[in-house]
Amino acid sequence: MRYAMAVDTKKCVGCSDCVVACQTENNVPIGYCRDWIVEVTDGTYPQLELEHRSERCNHCENSPCVRCCPTGASHYSDGGTVMVTKNKCIGCGACIASCPYDARYTHPEGYVDKCTFCLHRVKKGQQPACVAVCPTKCMYFGDLDDPNSDVSRVIKKRKYKTLIPEAGTNPQLYFLI
Amino acid sequence: MREELIVSGRMNPHIDPQLQIWEWHIPAYLFLGGLAAGILFFASYFYIKGKSEEYPTAVKLAPIFTPLLIGLGLLFLLLDLKHKLYFWRLYTAFKIESPMSWGAWTLMAIMPLSAIWAAFNIKSLFPKWDWKFDIVKDAIKVLEEYKTPIAWAIMILSVILGIYTGILLSAFNARPLWNTSILGPLFLVSGMSTGAAAIIILSKSKVERHTFAKIDLLLIAIELFLIIHMFMGFRASSQVQIDASAMFLGGQFTAPFWVLVVGMGLVIPAALEILEMRHKKIPYMVAPVLVLFGGLLFRFIMAYAGQMSRWLY
Repeated sequence: MRYAMAVDTKKCVGCSDCVVACQTENNVPIGYCRDWIVEVTDGTYPQLELEHRSERCNHCENSPCVRCCPTGASHYSDGGTVMVTKNKCIGCGACIASCPYDARYTHPEGYVDKCTFCLHRVKKGQQPACVAVCPTKCMYFGDLDDPNSDVSRVIKKRKYKTLIPEAGTNPQLYFLI
Repeated sequence: MREELIVSGRMNPHIDPQLQIWEWHIPAYLFLGGLAAGILFFASYFYIKGKSEEYPTAVKLAPIFTPLLIGLGLLFLLLDLKHKLYFWRLYTAFKIESPMSWGAWTLMAIMPLSAIWAAFNIKSLFPKWDWKFDIVKDAIKVLEEYKTPIAWAIMILSVILGIYTGILLSAFNARPLWNTSILGPLFLVSGMSTGAAAIIILSKSKVERHTFAKIDLLLIAIELFLIIHMFMGFRASSQVQIDASAMFLGGQFTAPFWVLVVGMGLVIPAALEILEMRHKKIPYMVAPVLVLFGGLLFRFIMAYAGQMSRWLY
């Protein structure tokens, strides 16, 4: 099993619904967020190109955060997701410094927190909160090992990119272009 | 023109607008760790070489301070943790790929050894020192029989400790300024140089000061070589490392780094040490104090600048 997510940059309008859905679903403390929207503007008026990306933890296959964690709090869980065990985390910040996507933060209670791909929902057969709430249905989530999953099918059909693959992290967040 | 913005207003504390997860604690701890490693290396090395009487400050006096230096460093490290009550989790796991993990274990091993070494030599600092309890005296007597193996263990562990302070940072691929394997040796040499400087400051013997000034001179030369090498490597590397080095080659860290760290912390002390060796009258304290100051500032600059360097996408 290999959970992954694909975000269609052609469909995303940057409404930030996914951000709010995540904050609500996961009780993210006020002033923090586990996902965010990046808007890229290319060129000069009137030759402009716009790209919207809903970004979050890439649940990398070769995660620097898991490698750098001195206690094993950051670890691989079901479907290759990268998770943090609260009561093993000492809050040293090594994983935060090691993440090229800056996807992690320190929870006000002291431990490190991040996107979980809403594994608690996925285990119940639901979609992650951000995917479920998206008004343009620009996000696809599923198991890459299953050729019939939403994410496998859309990745087969469309061109995509990942973010800084040259960092060697093998990210599992795909952006359809 | 290309502009990338986070439009959903992400402002995670210590992450945005730019990473600042480590403040003064970590560079201060890296400095103390490197300093202790340097002192302990010289203490154990010259003890093994049988030069205890020739270099009493290096072998006996200076290492008395190392348990305190390491202890203070560990205190800073603890203060830096955001989930402090779980710090013991460091010692329920050993992760070979995490420099922080084996650094924690190295500290765990070298701190008691440095305390034992200090106990052997405490009388050289306080001649009237009395352990009061016989059991302590007996324990020290037993341990003294193993002084040479303990010295070997300290020597090996001090090198690991010194190099770890650099590898801790160089393991972070996400921060291009740190992500160079030269950082380990560079921090090791810099730590040993500060150790030699501390010994010069504490020493009352001219012969000892002279020897350590020579050692320090060699270490400074290696450091300068490694620094130049590091920037050559950055300049010849990928765009992110070119950008990272630009902070030091024209960017905001240019003046503090080249004037204060390289100039005042390396070149001037080296020049003073050379003049002193040619029997010019120079207060011997100046060069080692500058070396210590340069070493401290070097770690602060590297820690701060490293967090500013990043991948762009």
